[in-house]
Amino acid sequence: MMHEQAVIVGGGPAGLAAALRLREKGVKDILILEREHKPGGILRQCIHDGFGLMRFGESLSGPEYAQRFIDRVEEAGIRCITDCTVLDITHDKLVTAVSRNLGLLQIQADAVLLTMGCRERTRGALATPGTRPAGVYTAGVAQSYINLQNVMVGREIVILGSGDIGLIMARRLTLEGAHVKGVYEVQPYPSGLPRNIEQCLNDYHIPLHLSHTVVDIRGRERLTSVVVAQCDERFRPIPGTEEEIPCDTLILSVGLIPENELSLAAGVELDARTRGAFVDEHYQTGVPGIFAAGNVLHVHDLVDFVSLEAEALADSAAEYLLCGSLPECSLEVKAGSNVGHVIPQRFSATRSFTLSLRVRQPLKDVSIVVRQGEKEVLRKKMRKALPAEMIQLPIKAEKLIPGVELEVSAE
Amino acid sequence: MKRTFTCIVCPNGCEIDAEYEGSRVISVTGNLCPKGKTYVTQELVDPRRTIATSMRVDGGELPLASVRLTRPIPKDRIFDVMAEINRHSLTAPVAIGDVAVPDILGLGSDVIVTKNVARA
Repeated sequence: MMHEQAVIVGGGPAGLAAALRLREKGVKDILILEREHKPGGILRQCIHDGFGLMRFGESLSGPEYAQRFIDRVEEAGIRCITDCTVLDITHDKLVTAVSRNLGLLQIQADAVLLTMGCRERTRGALATPGTRPAGVYTAGVAQSYINLQNVMVGREIVILGSGDIGLIMARRLTLEGAHVKGVYEVQPYPSGLPRNIEQCLNDYHIPLHLSHTVVDIRGRERLTSVVVAQCDERFRPIPGTEEEIPCDTLILSVGLIPENELSLAAGVELDARTRGAFVDEHYQTGVPGIFAAGNVLHVHDLVDFVSLEAEALADSAAEYLLCGSLPECSLEVKAGSNVGHVIPQRFSATRSFTLSLRVRQPLKDVSIVVRQGEKEVLRKKMRKALPAEMIQLPIKAEKLIPGVELEVSAE
Repeated sequence: MKRTFTCIVCPNGCEIDAEYEGSRVISVTGNLCPKGKTYVTQELVDPRRTIATSMRVDGGELPLASVRLTRPIPKDRIFDVMAEINRHSLTAPVAIGDVAVPDILGLGSDVIVTKNVARA
């Protein structure tokens, strides 16, 4: 059996950033386990630009952003085993993995960093009726085919869901000569970022149909058409509004789900709202020494924030490795009115931390208010707040009252 | 004339209400930074975009290398530039920053490689 101070599960943007920060903090034994052939995670297929504006002040493509971290990880001599799938993590931080070259690996870790990212919701999760023809892809799978494997997925395209990857793929497919007939979104507002609506749809005259969904999928071997319909405010299709749209490809961009099977195996409790772990201000899960950050914790819109969050995790994990424990965080952070979820869900009231949240629906001229009982800790005015945009607020330790819970609301 | 723009310069995606006459901007509101005004002015006179795509790599460990433009090009030339890029291919190895097509279509923008692809 091997022994490591820190085992990092997943060599995407979160895992790479965490590894580098751990090393900067003096942690010597660090091992990254990555299931793909190369590190970089989903960034390898995100060839569009716009990454790194916050962090590097320039607009990079996904592979370039990832490579900056990969180069530094290599320079630092941090070990990364690729083509390696983690099978199990125990409550006691025993990690079991398999690799084609190394066979079965058992590693006892002092700390485990969960940075597995997320995966896409699929047609099965939507329970859309219809046949089961070829030509139905999630946006990320289509992106992998086109950008990594040089395989074009179709010609006449309908996109269901307005998540950012779907919007990016609408533009990408158009550039590659496909005809994107429209994007259909069940909610009355887009789930992707406004700038992506502008530069991926409006620039290419691709119509966005809000409050619409796909109610039937048709075709035997290959998809031949989908039926779309308008939806009411409770997302129920309105009878009589159906329209059949001939197409050979349906792209689904209907949400991302943190990939937490390994977390559950380790006894980590998940939050039903984020579908990621409950964590404290140190990004420590309910299991001491097991930490989570990035998209495995809650889905981000920008990789820059994933890197930052993973670095904050690594700061705490380094402290944990040095001291053997971290200050107790027994106070709850509550999501109040109009707030969908918060990260972290627990805090100590003795240290500063970053609070992340999303609002439940689009709001205009709104204040995000953080309170302990009657006391206002922080108030941030915003001209607009969208569910598509994660909001982050710095909470300063000196503003906090010991022993009192926090509540965050948008009002 | 009045129009609302969504600024695409950064992830803030500011909604900018602009008042203008022809290509002269009279006022802008809603932008969090001065780049918003520059963006609106540019959109009125000469809208430009960068694009990212991929190019075939012969003899590489991967079939494709991703590429992007170093400077924005006129929006109405996007498909011309795509067609020109698709006429070219690369030979492995290629590295991030390699110029795949210099000064594409004389538009003052280079196509650069954004992924390292080693020989197979």
